[in-house]
Amino acid sequence: MNKEESIRALTLMLDSRYFEEKTELMFKLGLIHGTTHLANGQEASQAGLCMALEDGDWIVPTHRCHGFTICRGSDPYAMFSEMLGSSHGLAKGLGGSMHMPDRKHFNLGSSAVVGSGVPIATGIAFYNRRKNLRNISVAIFGDGASSRGSVHEAMNIASVWNLPVLFYCENNHYGMSAPADRMVSIKNIAERGKSYSIESSTVDGNDVRTVLEAVRNARSYILENSRPYLLEVNTYRQKGHSKSDRRVYRTAQEESSWLERDPITLFERKLVTENILSTDEISTLHESRRQYIEECAQRAVADSSDRLCMTDVRNLVYAGGKS
Amino acid sequence: MTYREAIRKALDDQMTLDENVILMGEDIGLYGGCFKVTEGLFQKHPDQVIDTPVSEEGFAGLAVGSAMMGLRPVIEIMYADFFTLISDAVINHAAKTHLLSAGQFSCPLVVRLPEGSGTGHGAQHTQSPEGAFLSTSGIKIVSPSNPNDAYHLLCEAVRDDNPVLFFESKLLYPMEGEISDEVTPIGKAKVLREGKDITIISFSHAVTTALRTAQMLSEHSVDATVIDLVTLKPLDESTILSEVRKTGRVFMIQDTNAFGSVSSEVSAMISSDEDTFRSLKAPVRIISGVDAPVPFSKHLEAQMIPDEKDACQIILRSLNKA
Repeated sequence: MNKEESIRALTLMLDSRYFEEKTELMFKLGLIHGTTHLANGQEASQAGLCMALEDGDWIVPTHRCHGFTICRGSDPYAMFSEMLGSSHGLAKGLGGSMHMPDRKHFNLGSSAVVGSGVPIATGIAFYNRRKNLRNISVAIFGDGASSRGSVHEAMNIASVWNLPVLFYCENNHYGMSAPADRMVSIKNIAERGKSYSIESSTVDGNDVRTVLEAVRNARSYILENSRPYLLEVNTYRQKGHSKSDRRVYRTAQEESSWLERDPITLFERKLVTENILSTDEISTLHESRRQYIEECAQRAVADSSDRLCMTDVRNLVYAGGKS
Repeated sequence: MTYREAIRKALDDQMTLDENVILMGEDIGLYGGCFKVTEGLFQKHPDQVIDTPVSEEGFAGLAVGSAMMGLRPVIEIMYADFFTLISDAVINHAAKTHLLSAGQFSCPLVVRLPEGSGTGHGAQHTQSPEGAFLSTSGIKIVSPSNPNDAYHLLCEAVRDDNPVLFFESKLLYPMEGEISDEVTPIGKAKVLREGKDITIISFSHAVTTALRTAQMLSEHSVDATVIDLVTLKPLDESTILSEVRKTGRVFMIQDTNAFGSVSSEVSAMISSDEDTFRSLKAPVRIISGVDAPVPFSKHLEAQMIPDEKDACQIILRSLNKA
């Protein structure tokens, strides 16, 4: 990874982190209602994946979608606006934290039904293959969703139909409160690929370079062979499942051992050791990204009284007409 | 042309017109479909007729994703009973695509669902489950009662930018009829027969029963209007209400059971409109199937759905003419 790419990767990771931190604060202050699923600690997975994609490569993220959405190119202002329920949101305030589709940035939006986005992303691959497009689609899911029948059905179909889809398993070791080692009958979820004759691998999801390289390789493999691929990245959800989670199901020791492997800190250490960036340059970048996210949030709050009305809602029930 | 052939012709014509129209389902290719509806289509459109693994949830979700990209998939669910397996794709995803993306995406998906009892296939292959989808916003539901409507509604469903559930009656597959040049649009009910005494409202296979009932009633000097709902969602409120106001006496005939059904919703709609409510000379009466899983035994299965004799008797009794 050259200097330019390194700065890009760190920038995306910092934007994601500061976005989550600001979101958490806004929830605590009561500025946003509903719920949210923070992805602190998963930034390397999200930045690494999105940096390896090209225009036309669609993603279907999970409910923990903020980082993927930022890294795919969406405007944090439109994302904050979405959570504030304003008409400046990506879905004009109709979706909320779990629904941030952005056609311009090849993001179909998440399914908030865990695992249901996987066959949908497979459908995009089906479209790409029919149209002979040199693009992949990415079905993002977690260790929890890996137990869904829809995921297994989609893998089988993708294999027998040779669909250019990347099954991207972001294993953060918890499906809500349930640890993967109690809920999933296999240690490495990537091994599920064998059952469907799908090539697969497991990599360190907290190392952004590793993720980027793994996705680039997977992407090339998919397009060259017209075959699906299953990539599992191991990472850790530093926060609870959602804003109301007290995390009684895991130990402080486990949490601190993963915090030592924080993907941003890990990456920064390497950049300094390898003389790619100085600590001063990193501090400056931190400050500028924090300010950028802060400014996006403040603008979104200032504009948050712009809202759709119920007539708009009724008109959007059906494409091309009223309900 | 039979009802079965009319559906086949609609699929054939739409695939010929638009390469984005594709069919997906189990055994719909060389085998020609469980009910031979797609027979010959694979030979004619080999790239557009696609056999799937036994993975309703998987291929329905896949169809949703491909429709959001611009394909116009028509998926066949072998028996409507298996709607349970596609309900997540249809209810949580297809139906909400347009609103949840604030109009960035639409989902032009058609789901064909062969339904109905009378075939001796037992309780898991004979249901008419359209009622299960009525409360879902964002989908359209059509249910043709004859070959002409089957042809036109399916063509319209494929051209529609919204998810459309196409409930086809297995009992009607052999029904003969002509295809007219006049399109049957989604969202319009049809007045099949005009009478001055009562209004019978029906849909799908039960329309045949309703027309026979009207014929029998005429022998008892009761003159009945018969309305075919054609589209079950969104309902054609204006046609239904204006026809009801003409007679003030409404009878509904359907093959499904009454609770949570199309007829109970139409009845509620009639009562909720003030002018129409005031025009009623008697409460709305629903004549429906039995509220039980469909039994296998032939003589029992035959009693599950109302026939014209049942309907005629109930109506005459309500009119104090029995």
